[in-house]
Amino acid sequence: MNLTPVWISLQLASVTVVVLLALGTPLAWWLAVGRSRWRVPVDALVALPLVLPPTVLGFYMLVLLGPQGPIGGPWFAVTGDTLTFSFIGLVMTSVLYSLPFVVQPLRDAFRAVGAGPLEAAAMLGARPLDAFFRVACPLAGRGFLTAAVLGFAHTLGEFGAILMVGGSIPGETRVVAIAIYEHVETLDYASAHVLSAGLLLFSFLVLLAIYTLNRRGRTGGLV
Amino acid sequence: MTRWIVGWMLVLAVTPAMAESVRVAVASNFLAPLEQIADAYSAQGGAALQISAGATGQHYAQIVNGAPYDVLLAADQARPERLAVEGYARPESRFSYAVGRLVLWAGANASLPDDGLAGLAGHPMRRLAIANPELAPYGLAARQTLEATSQWSALSEDIIQAQNVGQAFQYLATGNVSHALVAASYTGLENAPRGDWIMVDARLHDPVRQDAVILEQAANPEGAKRFVEFLKGPVAGEILTRFGYQAAVSRP
Repeated sequence: MNLTPVWISLQLASVTVVVLLALGTPLAWWLAVGRSRWRVPVDALVALPLVLPPTVLGFYMLVLLGPQGPIGGPWFAVTGDTLTFSFIGLVMTSVLYSLPFVVQPLRDAFRAVGAGPLEAAAMLGARPLDAFFRVACPLAGRGFLTAAVLGFAHTLGEFGAILMVGGSIPGETRVVAIAIYEHVETLDYASAHVLSAGLLLFSFLVLLAIYTLNRRGRTGGLV
Repeated sequence: MTRWIVGWMLVLAVTPAMAESVRVAVASNFLAPLEQIADAYSAQGGAALQISAGATGQHYAQIVNGAPYDVLLAADQARPERLAVEGYARPESRFSYAVGRLVLWAGANASLPDDGLAGLAGHPMRRLAIANPELAPYGLAARQTLEATSQWSALSEDIIQAQNVGQAFQYLATGNVSHALVAASYTGLENAPRGDWIMVDARLHDPVRQDAVILEQAANPEGAKRFVEFLKGPVAGEILTRFGYQAAVSRP
């Protein structure tokens, strides 16, 4: 029973969450307090991965990240490697796939903080960026936790898109969901059971933790 | 309003499938020829086929758990045999409906080696897609071919293993690999991707025999029998040959 896919999955989920928090925090802030007329269409775009089949994302990524694609082409020219069948390609796919799970809880948390505390901070002479990091972010703390945990868990559960762009390379792109699929394919149900039960238990504990946290104060986006 | 919706859902739920149709689970590599065989069959007055394409291992798991198929057209021999042994399929109905061949395919911006498959290791290549040898019979055949020409270890860095031969072909079609060892059946596709291909010498690998069985729980066993007879016949055989398979042979 090879446990490498479990580590690949955990790595992928961790890297994806870090990237998503870095990109998603300013985006969520803009969605929460912005006044632009682009806000509603962008909100809708962010929510797309919730409703689209992962195969749509997988298919587009296979084309975009390929050596002739608009993203994969330049990458291939510089590095000599394709983005498809690579860990980096999986990170890019997962970032899109889990985007709403990180951005929406953050957006709702920032909305709940509201303009009041920031105006107060401004009155006391805080610069906008200062006020954001020292007032808004701590107040939205639980939103960050929800976003990180949900993004992590959702990436762990990814299958369809990764099946299409990953190529199932051991130690690089064979994640736990793919490993389960292959165990079922080869009728190795014992290994499939071990990995599936582990994932089931882990996911339940994650959601239990989220719900326990959220009972002490509503900041939930999706849950 | 709600009552209407619920009412319609009930109507839709109890509407039976076409009474006379035969439900066929088919390995993805045989989907295109099967669609043509289905057309020829109904043109002769045969029953309509309800076709579900997929991976054979998945079909196996679904059948064991009561999937309502009449016939399984598998990608290999192992799983129909296992279904027969376990009592999910009729042992006397099992036969090889097709023997598959491999082709080496070079994509749009790539070329084939001058001396054919044997020169692959020294040829400019970005990536070679094959089906996973542990999951798919065409993957095993590809591996045997590369081993027989002493190129398996030299090429191992360049090989991408797909879930099945269909996905290996998809990697080639989308330009993600420059070369692929895939089922010859893809040469018969009307919208086959650009590029050149050559047949792989059948002596370089074990024959890829694909077996069919009629399932124990078939809702339409008579219809299934009639369709299987047609599959053994000359009309189906001609379509098979056009798609690069050797026509049905009886089980050795």
